[in-house]
Amino acid sequence: MGRGRGRDYTGRTMPSPSSAIRPKRGKKGSETPIVTPVSARKRVAPSRQVVRGDRGVKVTRAVTIRRSADELYAFWRQIENLPRIVKHPLTIERVSDIASHWAASAPVGDRRVEWDAVIINDEPGKLIAWRSREGAEIPNAGTVRFAPAPGDEGTEVTVTLEYNPPAGKLGAWFAKLSGQEPAQQVTEALRRFKALMEAGEIPTTEGQPSGRPQNTKAKRS
Amino acid sequence: MKAVCWMGKKKMEVQRVPDPRILNPRDCVLRVTATAICGSDLHLYNGYIPTLEKGDILGHEFMGEVVEVGPEVKKLKVGDRVVVPFTISCGGCIHCSRTLWSCCDNTNPNAALLEALAGQSGAAIYGYSALYGGYAGGQAEYVRVPFADTGPIKIESDLPDDKLLFLSDIFPTGYMAAENCDIVPGRSVVAVWGCGPVGQFAIRSALLLGAAKVIAIDNVPERLRMAEAGGAVAINHDEVDDVQDELRAHTGGRGPDAAIDAVGMEAHGSVYDQVKQTLKLENDRAYALRQAMRAVRKGGVLSIPGVYSGFVDKVPMGAVFAKAVTIKQGQTHMHRYLRPLLKLVEDGKIDPSFVITHRVPLGHAPQAYAMFCDKKDGCIKVVLDPAM
Ligand SMILES: NC(=O)c1ccc[n+]([C@@H]2O[C@H](COP(=O)([O-])OP(=O)(O)OC[C@H]3O[C@@H](n4cnc5c(N)ncnc54)[C@H](O)[C@@H]3O)[C@@H](O)[C@H]2O)c1
Ligand SMILES: [Zn+2]
Ligand SMILES: [Zn+2]
Repeated sequence: MGRGRGRDYTGRTMPSPSSAIRPKRGKKGSETPIVTPVSARKRVAPSRQVVRGDRGVKVTRAVTIRRSADELYAFWRQIENLPRIVKHPLTIERVSDIASHWAASAPVGDRRVEWDAVIINDEPGKLIAWRSREGAEIPNAGTVRFAPAPGDEGTEVTVTLEYNPPAGKLGAWFAKLSGQEPAQQVTEALRRFKALMEAGEIPTTEGQPSGRPQNTKAKRS
Repeated sequence: MKAVCWMGKKKMEVQRVPDPRILNPRDCVLRVTATAICGSDLHLYNGYIPTLEKGDILGHEFMGEVVEVGPEVKKLKVGDRVVVPFTISCGGCIHCSRTLWSCCDNTNPNAALLEALAGQSGAAIYGYSALYGGYAGGQAEYVRVPFADTGPIKIESDLPDDKLLFLSDIFPTGYMAAENCDIVPGRSVVAVWGCGPVGQFAIRSALLLGAAKVIAIDNVPERLRMAEAGGAVAINHDEVDDVQDELRAHTGGRGPDAAIDAVGMEAHGSVYDQVKQTLKLENDRAYALRQAMRAVRKGGVLSIPGVYSGFVDKVPMGAVFAKAVTIKQGQTHMHRYLRPLLKLVEDGKIDPSFVITHRVPLGHAPQAYAMFCDKKDGCIKVVLDPAM
């Protein structure tokens, strides 16, 4: 689809990672509404605006990984890989080469949020951009880009995520899901991605023994 | 299995807990044959490290026999005898590849916590609070060892555990502290604050690296005697008017070329710091650090193996600046030192068991912690034996 490098799907120049460590909340009318790139509009015709300018949240996070851009891109392009690096329960079903169905569930109010997503920009080894199709309860869009880091450092992976936080009960659930701090969720996903790529596994202590206080009554040696 | 659990400030318990198992493909499980209590464990014991939880199994100095290996472990097999470095490193990140093993990017599942405190997280450490990964420690009958192909060093010789165990921490830590001093053989004078186990290995390592003179500072007589036995000149800071004057006298007025702070955040000597630390107005008591900063020679090196956890008051930055002092510090890059130091032991250049004063069953860990903390009964280093 070949859109210009250095720009995300909104057509805006990407902020440098250091200038974008905090999620930005668009002030009323101050943010340019996100407009679907022309090429994507033709192909999949999602809604005109994924994220309305007044309530949209935008998060950018970056990590450097000691693997080639091609390898890292390949992981993300296989979109059903993503639940491995996202900590909360998420399933992604591939529908076609560019379309997928996402479902996130949480223990709260036994709600499930589902949406269809579509890849709207794809530059092998460089960038993938996706967005939810029209009708999504939580309209969202994201970009991941891969760029060589200086020297032998590896590849800089930068993720930008935008979504409209929903109102009401669903909103509360969503806030819980994303731990109030969606930026932290993205950070964690990137951290897990890095560990998986560099170390071959995601570090964990879940399932290890401990002498938690409830054990104190158990027989002593 | 039996395991040594922290149950609150100055409260250790030996509990029965479930055996550890393989959780990730690169894990192995060891049957622990020897484990020790470290000065770093005292910071936990005394409640100075946040995010430690009641029930956490402590212990980061241990060795043993492999009893189970995960599917991705290629270099170890059941029955191998290994010593495990206390920092957990992945072997695949850029820091590991540059041998900055304690700066590993990928082993701390709670990296976000340490990031909040320090800006970035380094390697996880066994049995050292959630901040450092929350991994169960090795003061137990069995322990899970993640990234088993990267950390543990396989022992082929039949040297006894006593001579090998301290490759897990204090020997490499003392050695790196000395190496950081940029010792010029036959010329450098090194002063070491703290004659605990880390200080003892720093002293001997500095001499192995060719230091012309090593001066050891502490106030515990048996520790000073051990330092002297290792070749140092000892200063009992309680028995001299002024440590600075004493150091000048021992260095022809130049001051030591390098200063090692092997004391860390619980230095004694300042009521001001004790009060502030107790009131949580300051995390660390840095009395020894300040002294070292003032004493070190112009253009010299300050090497800090002693652990600091947070904020320190009244650091004489002016002195460090005025004298163009270089500061080197951090958790030990353990994996760098395992092989070369094992060779020194095998070649008989050093016998690390010199530091052991007590051997007790694992079940006596609570008493052993108290004894080591209070420096009772001449205690300098305790080895816990899970089989006793
Ligand atoms: N950097 C690392 O990777 C690493 C590894 C192991 C241990 N450590 C740290 O090294 C430090 C020492 O460990 P250890 O096992 O030897 O502990 P330790 O508690 O046995 O020894 C500390 C010694 O310092 C002495 N001391 C206290 N205040 C002093 C002062 N003002 N001047 C001179 N001496 C003073 C004490 O009397 C004691 O002998 C601890 O902070 C420990 O956490 C760091
Ligand atoms: Zn230690
Ligand atoms: Zn690493």
